[in-house]
Amino acid sequence: MAMSRALQLSREDLLRAYRQMRTIREFEERVHAEFATGDIPGFVHLYAGEEASAVGVCMHLTDKDAIASTHRGHGHCIAKGCDVHGMMAEIYGRKSGLCAGKGGSMHIADVSKGMLGANGIVGGGAPLACGAALAAKTLKTGGVAVAFGGDGASNQGTTAESMNLATVWKLPVIFVLEDNGYAESTASGWSVGGDAIKRAEGFGIPGVRVDGHDFFAVHDAAGEAIERTRSGGGPSFLHLKLNRYYGHFEGDGQAYRRDGEVAGLRAEIDTLDRFRRRVTEAKLLEENDLAGVDREVLALIEDSVRTAKSAAAPKSADLLTDVYLSY
Amino acid sequence: MSKKSFRQAINEALAQEMERDPRVVIMGEDIAGGLGAPGEDDAWGGVLGVTKGLVGKFGRERVLDTPITESGFIGAAAGAALRGLRPVAELMFVDFMGVCFDQIFNQAAKFRYMFGGKATTPLVIRTMFGAGFRAASQHSQCLYPIFTHIPGLKVVIPSSPYEAKGLLIQSIRDDDPVIFFEHKVMYDVEEEVPDEPYAIPFGEARFVREGDDVTIVAFGRMVSMASQAAEALAKEGVSCSVIDPRTASPLDLPTILESVRETGRLVLVDEASPRCNLATDISAQVAEQAFDALKAPIRMVSPPHTPVPFAPALEDEFVPNAEKIAAAVRSTMRAPSKQAAE
Repeated sequence: MAMSRALQLSREDLLRAYRQMRTIREFEERVHAEFATGDIPGFVHLYAGEEASAVGVCMHLTDKDAIASTHRGHGHCIAKGCDVHGMMAEIYGRKSGLCAGKGGSMHIADVSKGMLGANGIVGGGAPLACGAALAAKTLKTGGVAVAFGGDGASNQGTTAESMNLATVWKLPVIFVLEDNGYAESTASGWSVGGDAIKRAEGFGIPGVRVDGHDFFAVHDAAGEAIERTRSGGGPSFLHLKLNRYYGHFEGDGQAYRRDGEVAGLRAEIDTLDRFRRRVTEAKLLEENDLAGVDREVLALIEDSVRTAKSAAAPKSADLLTDVYLSY
Repeated sequence: MSKKSFRQAINEALAQEMERDPRVVIMGEDIAGGLGAPGEDDAWGGVLGVTKGLVGKFGRERVLDTPITESGFIGAAAGAALRGLRPVAELMFVDFMGVCFDQIFNQAAKFRYMFGGKATTPLVIRTMFGAGFRAASQHSQCLYPIFTHIPGLKVVIPSSPYEAKGLLIQSIRDDDPVIFFEHKVMYDVEEEVPDEPYAIPFGEARFVREGDDVTIVAFGRMVSMASQAAEALAKEGVSCSVIDPRTASPLDLPTILESVRETGRLVLVDEASPRCNLATDISAQVAEQAFDALKAPIRMVSPPHTPVPFAPALEDEFVPNAEKIAAAVRSTMRAPSKQAAE
């Protein structure tokens, strides 16, 4: 097997990748725990288990690049540079949240970072990513756009329309299919007809299938795809096979999964464990380095929850602002 | 100043705004036309020729023909608006909204609010609407009430070539998403339109005529029908104000209320289906805020609650016209006035 390009990342980049993935994991583990106490309103869809996708892809992006996200958007937000305190406050419905408490978990966004929003509509993001790519192309910014979508979204017409439009308009857009095996409770093995790679190829978009729990494989494949697209090669497609550790939403009893399925995943193919083993065996990072990151991340998440809990709710006057420019 | 058609006024507004601001791009099905086909470039200029000639002036990078893929390109227009372009998308017939509504009402309309005021979406969707073309049930609807219902969208319904040019320029300069309704029967209507660019502000109704007895409020093509009715009624000695609100969202309710306080009678004319349309909406607000000023029941002139029929005999019966409006006005004049009751 050829040496992964990602293994040649600088020590600084490896630490950054680990820090982001650990931040996503701890953020989601904590939201899981806090949601169970009843303090978090609404519903949340957790990204734990899928960290290598968001981080492996977004490490190749800067603020001039845009992403469109999904229901399961916390990981994409963190990987694209959204402020963790602002995110946690948003999930708690606080005025200090990234969206002033008006969006919540399903709509966290930071347009200034190129994060065009988690999306409450399955398949809603792909056309928006095409638009962001069109803007980059027309304004000649050199930017690209990434459309994240799950196996559920892959069956929406918007995904097919966007892939076709991306080819016809030669847009700098990368479609990333996060195939976690379940669209809500329905298995992708049943709901996705044919083959995802062949679907993309049918639109003239080259696709690669990657182990979505292997940060290095994702980082390599995403790097190639994004480089190809950024340099004018047209749209690209990645099919990441991965797993989520929690239900479709918090409170989902997951009766559709095998007994012990998630425990097995956590024990055998956990993204962060695999990353840790790879970098320490190759002597790229020391256990001490990683343990230091773990401590810092836990402190960050703890602080984000503490400040979110004590932050002020929006005032009733806030109900009537931000609808239009005028109010 | 020269005589221009509704079609030319819209084309001129697009050209002048594209000239002024390089971030303005237009997109839609066949808006140049003939792309990839063996014949002429700019073969159509839109299905009714509204965008004809723009590709020659601005090139394919800013005049973007799309496949027939409304969710795809309307969503792309919304995403592009978030990232620095000012797209004007043409959704050929408003009836096709059904296949891309998510991108309009869950995405574009909501960005600003959902993102805590940190996003602007300077998007215009131009769309053709209305009956009278024998285009039947899927190409004739008047769906602006549905968009008016949605917070975050602005809804513009020009009633003449002059109005169309000024309101479209305002739509393109506006930083909120705008749905711009062009009545398909009006494209060949002509009037004097200034050559230079001008913007008509949103939410400011105009008096098409002023009168003392009855206030008539009408939108789009119905404004000229209401004016015809008012003309005929004047000969009978009934003096009507005709108000064109120009925009359904925002709505200039104060002007309507002020007029109703002067006349005491209100007739609302709306080509949209009669349930939950602009007429019922304004009626409810006037009843709530100026009930004391009313001398007669509010009358509404709208089509029956049916799909738009195809047969000319049926479609002509379906669409409100000057006679129906005049009949409604006369009925308010016959109603016993409050003064008489006192």
